[in-house]
Amino acid sequence: MSEASPPTIVSSGGAIPRTLAPFERRLLTVTANESLGAYRVLKATDHGPQPAAGQFAMLASALRWGAGEDERPYLPRAFSYARFTGGEAHFLLEDVGPGTHRLCELTPGEGLYTLGPLGTGFQPPEDGRRALLVGGGVGTAPLAILQDTLAHATVLLGFRDAPHAEGAALLRDAHLATDDGSVGHHGLVTDLLSAELDRNAHVTVYACGPPAMLEAIRALCETRSVPAQLALESGMACGFGACFGCVIPTRDGYARVCVDGPVIDAQRLEHVEAHA
Amino acid sequence: MSVDFCGLSLTHPVINGSGTFDAIAARTAFGEALDENFPFAAFVSKTITLEPRAGNPPPRLWEAQAGLINSIGLPNKGLTRYLSEDLPELARLPVPLITNIMGSTAEELVQLVGACEAHEEIAAIELNVSCPNVHTGLDIGADPVQLHRVVAAVRPVTSKPVIVKLTPNCADVAACAVAAQRGGADAVSLINTLRAMALAPGLKGQPTPWLGGTTGGLSGAAIRPVALAQVAAVAKRVSIPVVGMGGIQTSAHARQFLDVGATLVAVGTESFRNPIAATRIARELAA
Repeated sequence: MSEASPPTIVSSGGAIPRTLAPFERRLLTVTANESLGAYRVLKATDHGPQPAAGQFAMLASALRWGAGEDERPYLPRAFSYARFTGGEAHFLLEDVGPGTHRLCELTPGEGLYTLGPLGTGFQPPEDGRRALLVGGGVGTAPLAILQDTLAHATVLLGFRDAPHAEGAALLRDAHLATDDGSVGHHGLVTDLLSAELDRNAHVTVYACGPPAMLEAIRALCETRSVPAQLALESGMACGFGACFGCVIPTRDGYARVCVDGPVIDAQRLEHVEAHA
Repeated sequence: MSVDFCGLSLTHPVINGSGTFDAIAARTAFGEALDENFPFAAFVSKTITLEPRAGNPPPRLWEAQAGLINSIGLPNKGLTRYLSEDLPELARLPVPLITNIMGSTAEELVQLVGACEAHEEIAAIELNVSCPNVHTGLDIGADPVQLHRVVAAVRPVTSKPVIVKLTPNCADVAACAVAAQRGGADAVSLINTLRAMALAPGLKGQPTPWLGGTTGGLSGAAIRPVALAQVAAVAKRVSIPVVGMGGIQTSAHARQFLDVGATLVAVGTESFRNPIAATRIARELAA
């Protein structure tokens, strides 16, 4: 799964990688919906532009979206690209609500609406620093497409239990931690991060995961003076800056995760809020 | 099917609802394709206030049944930075610009309208009157007497078309529309969102509002029948043009609003589902 070509990056200001999205919701065809432990990997043909690692798409099924017994799901849902290769986009799903449930049901040949790539991507490491990828749960997804662009990276992933830890198969050579100790280190991925920084602190940390994990990573990197780029999540209605619904507090006021992020330099944050 | 709206010549009858499309952010996401294929026949800005506003604390969104409850809280840079930073960017759009403003007193509104009057890039002004009166706590737009007073106060300050965005959270929206017309409004637009609330899930026995702003406004398909009734009621009572909106997703929906008396329709939440939804609606209306 490492054959992806490096992304064609169109930067719209500064050094922030951001591939522009076609200005339309496009209808893709689902090619696969594969089980991966507690997750599913949804694949669809996508002849749109190559996303920068860290960017996301708004997804909705072509049928039975905005209908159904309680008229949900209604709005599209945001997912980081987990991989983009050979005209196919991959997304990592966990069935946790009406939107993800519907997407998890999709079968090959069905339609998938997509708007993307959206948001900011990860910036490459500077000053000869090694990339240190730290993730948890479904937040593993953007680190997979990021690893595809890097010659060398250390990967640390945390999961709840063994079925969730199967998600680590999206990346190569991952060191694992689980909450219940069933796979790898019995404890938090930040334990692994702390030990890794003791070995080599000349790194840039790239992180995505639940808010509590991101906050622990942010605080640790701040203490060790290590640069960190965090891929954040927030409930979104549109994905392109229209609704102002996905804001998170930053040191200079609220920022929209969809256009100012999802990848944000950790230094911009005082802390990662719990209910982002 | 070009449309005359208060002296503005629009290429079709579909515009955006205020606060449902940020053309500057969209240019960041989509590039120049936004300007080349701009979906709306006129662009309505989000609400601008005299002073900057951070907006409400998150969470700001709740997906309802066939709808969306938002409690965004009108975040904006304030009048001065809107004029200096955003107006030049919005003036590049290929369509007329309608600036939406809100003030909590007639004096504030006069100041805002006066500032807009001085900028030729602004083709028309929309008044957001869903703002509580600082003394009574009631929305200015929900009280025909107060509404007439503020519209009459701003009318002499500008020669540009003044559109009054009516609130549906009132006893008699048609009476409010008539008051706006008597005050000198050139058009009315409706409906704004319906006041709504969602409780945080999983907190039985402890009813805790989900939204940071406690209550929010409901939009989307769920409100369309309510919107259609209010637009029909208003169109019967006023002689000025009506901009109809509320849950419009298709050209068939838009046609219903036009059929009951709207001159223009606006698309809001549907643009969140598909940013060029208005393009499709306008094309189908013309067919």
